Amino acid sequence: MKKLLFVLLVAVLFSSFSILPAQAAEEFTLTIKNHRFEPETLEVPAGQKLKILVQNQDATPEEFESHALNREKIIGANSSAVILIGPLEAGTYPFVGEFNEDSAKGQIIAR
Amino acid sequence: MLSSAVIVFREVFEVVLILGIILAATRGMPHRKKAIYLGFAGGLLGSFLVAVFMDKISALAEGLGQEIFNAGILLTAAAFIGGTVIWMKRHAHEMKSHFAKVGEAVSRGEIPFLSLSVVIALAILREGSEIALFTYGMLASGQSPASLIVGSLAGLIAGAGLGILLYAGLIRISMKYFFRVTSALLMLLVAGMVSQAMGFLTAAGAFEGMSQTVWNTSWLLSESGLAGQSLKALIGYTAQPSLIQLVVYICTLGGLIAAVRFSGRSPKKEIAPA
Repeated sequence: MKKLLFVLLVAVLFSSFSILPAQAAEEFTLTIKNHRFEPETLEVPAGQKLKILVQNQDATPEEFESHALNREKIIGANSSAVILIGPLEAGTYPFVGEFNEDSAKGQIIAR
Repeated sequence: MLSSAVIVFREVFEVVLILGIILAATRGMPHRKKAIYLGFAGGLLGSFLVAVFMDKISALAEGLGQEIFNAGILLTAAAFIGGTVIWMKRHAHEMKSHFAKVGEAVSRGEIPFLSLSVVIALAILREGSEIALFTYGMLASGQSPASLIVGSLAGLIAGAGLGILLYAGLIRISMKYFFRVTSALLMLLVAGMVSQAMGFLTAAGAFEGMSQTVWNTSWLLSESGLAGQSLKALIGYTAQPSLIQLVVYICTLGGLIAAVRFSGRSPKKEIAPA
């Protein structure tokens, strides 16, 4: 039974890779500098897949976190990371930099 | 100092909720101490290694390595905990009345002794690497090491204290209900972990057709608050679950309940004739 469960888990994990995205997503860039996001408000189109490139120009790592978007990702010092989101419904989606939450705040607005 | 205390507390808090349940549930398992020490050592070493190689991990799979790595850790931990629940059910009778027999089972290698270590190590590694990265960042941005250490220690002690309270509370449950309560908690933990793993895989671009949000309860219970965060760690609460998360959660929980029922019957038949 344990083996069966394990096989099921592995099957789910692998099946996920066969349905990786094929269609290209529109790309947006967020920059982190001095523990702030630039822009702090990012406007994006609703209803389509998006690729957010987060560039961390600080010498310290940051964790992009958004409960509204169900995303959390560490972005190393002086490096960048890709965050795939969407299709989003129109609305406001706040996010923070968890390691510097006092200053690193922003929102994605989907229209 | 305060911010480091808060952040460290939040990360430690999630770990101790998981550890509190697992340690309480495996109470009475022989050689458990060794497994725990091994798990802690592995978790601390792993945290450090993951923090150091985080950029390398992130760069894998076209920049989506971190998501897949997180999903992998959650699924592995879930598989081991699920296995432990089934094992516990099978041996619940012996664990209650014949501790000596359980000892024999261990020496015969029937108990996945190392699985306890693996689960502890993975739980610590997941949040520990974040603490390591955060502390490194604070030091690199010129915060005084003294205030950082005081803050982090305060967060660590507060978090650990909560874990000890949870553990102490759980082991006070009467033996009559103990296995039922701890198995239920562990099964919810497993379902939550698997569903969170699906969240990470969705973030990596998988399950495109099933990534839509099913409902939104963030008005009722936000994941950023302590209550929401606890429920997230304990039962995988998500304010805005996606369809794949919901489906997998239900399947995992249902599958585990069925597996435990099924495995609970067989040993009685084996023992009865003797």
